Amino acid sequence: MKTDLAPRSSGARAARAGGSILLPFTNQAISRRAFEAAIRLAQAEQSTLMPAFLARVPRNLPLESPVPGACAVGMPLLEAIEQRATAEGIPVDARVSRGRTYRDALQRLLEQERFDRVIVSAIDNPRQGLSDDDLAWLLRTVPAEVLILRPAPDDERRISAAGLAGHF
Amino acid sequence: MADLNIDSTPGEGRPPRGRLRVVIGMAAGVGKTYRMLAEGRVEKDAGRDVVIGLLETHGRVDTARVAEGLEAVPRRQVTYRGTELEEMDLPGILARAPELCLIDELAHTNAPGVEHTKRYEDVEVVLSAGIDVLTTLNVQHLESLNDQVAELSGIRVRETIPDALLGRADEVVVVDLTPEDLLERLRAGKVYPAERIDAALNNFFRIENLSALREVALRQVAEEVGQRRFAAAVNIGSRGESIASEAPQAVSERLLALVEPDPRAQRLVRRAWRSAQRLGADLDLLWVRAPGTLSEQQERSLTALRQLASLLGARLIVEESDAVAQAVAGVARRQRSTYILMGRSHPARGLTRLRTPLPLQLLELLPGVDVRIVADRAQRPTEEQP
Repeated sequence: MKTDLAPRSSGARAARAGGSILLPFTNQAISRRAFEAAIRLAQAEQSTLMPAFLARVPRNLPLESPVPGACAVGMPLLEAIEQRATAEGIPVDARVSRGRTYRDALQRLLEQERFDRVIVSAIDNPRQGLSDDDLAWLLRTVPAEVLILRPAPDDERRISAAGLAGHF
Repeated sequence: MADLNIDSTPGEGRPPRGRLRVVIGMAAGVGKTYRMLAEGRVEKDAGRDVVIGLLETHGRVDTARVAEGLEAVPRRQVTYRGTELEEMDLPGILARAPELCLIDELAHTNAPGVEHTKRYEDVEVVLSAGIDVLTTLNVQHLESLNDQVAELSGIRVRETIPDALLGRADEVVVVDLTPEDLLERLRAGKVYPAERIDAALNNFFRIENLSALREVALRQVAEEVGQRRFAAAVNIGSRGESIASEAPQAVSERLLALVEPDPRAQRLVRRAWRSAQRLGADLDLLWVRAPGTLSEQQERSLTALRQLASLLGARLIVEESDAVAQAVAGVARRQRSTYILMGRSHPARGLTRLRTPLPLQLLELLPGVDVRIVADRAQRPTEEQP
């Protein structure tokens, strides 16, 4: 569209010269350590941060079905991540992907796009995200540098939608 | 299957089509069948010839009681793979030819060997014979709502009816009950026999399911009313009265978000989706693209937008035009949008400073449609950044 619906692109936003950092998440919150690691790397490498919400579609639904219930969880967090990253001057280009499992959703995303780095945080409860097997699969198959943050006591510090600026 | 040779198209010598009245509810047990029977009694008392074509009491005493005194066409026996099944007797109803026929559970699937696979097809034949029909339907059986209800409740309903059938109904009546009242009825054994109560409470009949289904049912009926008002306005127009700018407001809102294949558009889409959720509205996304090819970045962003739209249940529309305001206005009229959301404009440069800004053009072209410019929350100054 030739008109003027959005602010002019800043150099930082438009450029992906420094590559892309994928930050997949599945829940209502992500580890602050994973987020901060992604921000530090993006700043150092002038990369674009690509937070990606992975949605699971129940098997009783077609894979292409809308999943508003899952989106009600994922969209506010995506917004929170984007607001924080933008405030740090990091260009953001968000993604969503769905699959029968979180790994399936991630695989579909990785089949569509190339990323230079993937940052994930190992968690104690595999039901809340990518399991140990998923992480091993990620290391085996993804043609990108994979950074897995081991669980740590301060994983309780999380980024969530609670701090969103206004309704979005 | 037997061929009843009844053509549903109107013609000379054929009776006018019967009137269809659908009693709709959020779930079993809200009182749809009771309401159908009670209305049937009122009609009978008023002197009309009323029969029950098919009744499923599910052992509910109150329901059976209200059916007393109403004539019923006996069910017929159908043998399928050595099992005797009972089905509605369509030929029997047509032979009896009442003025009004009460037919429960519109979405029912018939046993193989009768005239039609679905009961709603039987109902079409009854209507074509000039017999009015009063029937019942749970909202989750509507085809278009099936996925939504399955996601809300975790339970997929196999028996569905086309939405168009409800659209053709002369009247749709919603039987509403609060989820709390329905659960109380369930616990009191008024919906299912005692041995099924616990399973029902643990599965489908949870308060969050019922609340969501109730909202879906109420909204569905509201949308039906909206559609009818619109159709009525079009009919008025066909009689020569102007409707161009006087189409009635739809009962529900419909949002149109203007997007571009750009990473920032995703934020606008998410905001628009949240607004749509709060308003209980449908969401369309529109990109008016200038003629020409897309850059690699635009292709990537467009793919991401499509995925986001699909996940959210929004519809992405791409229109090719140089005249953005006119293209937007055209789509907004076609989609009957009530609300347009857009991002902040670029600062104008050169001759474009002389052009009327897009929001003002849209306000001019689309009277009665709200235009909202969505701010970038991340750019809002904090207390430390005056």
